[in-house]
Amino acid sequence: MIRNLIFLALGSALINNVVLSQFLGLCPFLGVSKKIKTAVGMGTSVIFVITLSSIVTGLLYKFLLVKFDITYLKTIIFILVIAALVQFLEMFLKRFIPSLYKSLGVYLPLITTNCAVLGVALTNVSKEYDLLEGTINGLATAVGFTISIVILAGIREKMQYNDIPKPFRGMPIVLLSAGLMAIAFCGFSGLI
Amino acid sequence: MDALSVLKALAIVGALGIFVGIFLGIGGIIFKVEVNELEEKVLKALPGNNCGGCGFPGCQGLAAAIAAGKAEVDKCPVGGAPVAKKIGEIMGVEVEAGERKVAFVACHAHTDEFELDYEYSGVEDCRMLGFVPNGGPKSCNFGCLGYGTCASVCPFDAITVEDGVAKVDKDKCRACGKCIEVCPKHLISLIPYSAKYAVACSNTEKGPVVMKECSVGCIGCSLCVKNCPHDAVKVENFNATIDQEKCQKCGACKEKCPKKVIEEL
Repeated sequence: MIRNLIFLALGSALINNVVLSQFLGLCPFLGVSKKIKTAVGMGTSVIFVITLSSIVTGLLYKFLLVKFDITYLKTIIFILVIAALVQFLEMFLKRFIPSLYKSLGVYLPLITTNCAVLGVALTNVSKEYDLLEGTINGLATAVGFTISIVILAGIREKMQYNDIPKPFRGMPIVLLSAGLMAIAFCGFSGLI
Repeated sequence: MDALSVLKALAIVGALGIFVGIFLGIGGIIFKVEVNELEEKVLKALPGNNCGGCGFPGCQGLAAAIAAGKAEVDKCPVGGAPVAKKIGEIMGVEVEAGERKVAFVACHAHTDEFELDYEYSGVEDCRMLGFVPNGGPKSCNFGCLGYGTCASVCPFDAITVEDGVAKVDKDKCRACGKCIEVCPKHLISLIPYSAKYAVACSNTEKGPVVMKECSVGCIGCSLCVKNCPHDAVKVENFNATIDQEKCQKCGACKEKCPKKVIEEL
């Protein structure tokens, strides 16, 4: 049981990395990876939100959608619930943990519309994970996201000091680096 | 799919939507954070660039400090007098109108006007040149290095590097002071927006040395001092400076300068 969960976590964090092999959440991956500091902030927010939303959508799916036989509406309902959840989380943090609210700052509302969050919720459903597995999957996916965005931010910080050929400056070289990272991450597939 | 299932889906999604709405509404009331109204008002009056030129963490930080009375109302260098006036009204404090300032780079030696000691092909960042011999490849140790570190830290895109020397667009500059901090040669300073003439050289070496290094460097000949009818120009350490308070913008110094060091802004 625990063995299976560890394999699941390793699989979704490293082997099926949400950004590098599933191409989900590319927008924050490219947008918020200029500095390690902001990348860490974004990563923490993602871990926070995805784990919570995995639990909530898991419960919702089991006790509402399946019961009323409207599973075909899962996408729209998940979007609604995740958006509300993030909104609620923001209010909650602002009131009770202002320091965390300040450090997560603008990233929280940004995640509302992040496809990685919805992607995890939908994967949990399509792979028929139970609540625990779904939560572990969510947490591991988010950790995988954080790992890759922090690595990319580190690369981009160093890249500033390089003399890059003109046509590759800006986004192209970032996308190339991300591609090379994806190839490197392929190496993890030997892990299990 | 029959009509009933459509209705069912509609009812459930609708109910969920209403539930979420009510839930968030109640949450909003329960978790309401007491915000300082004064702080909100001050924050609205601030420019919102979060440049940090005031020394506080972003506009929010400054607004909190002003509202708490820990900072003066004219602390924002970007907003200048108009913003200070607005905040003064909010806080009920009289503000004296200060003059708008802009950054100025005290070097205007273009690529063909200065000499190089050697060729440099390393990291293209001025801050790195503190580690290379003689503080950079230029013979002149006081000259703009031209790698545009100031331009890259400017939050307002006011600085451009043209032909090997940084130039400030004085209409875009908001005097936040970021460039002043990063310039390893300390070439950038704040001058009044209305200033018309400024000495674009900060070389304090003796005349003959400067002449070898740069064709547009100040040699400290004092011709400008002699020709200024308003006693506004001074030469110290073989480098001229214009006292902008005394300057009457006549331009006599610029005309007489043999090295064309004085720049008309």
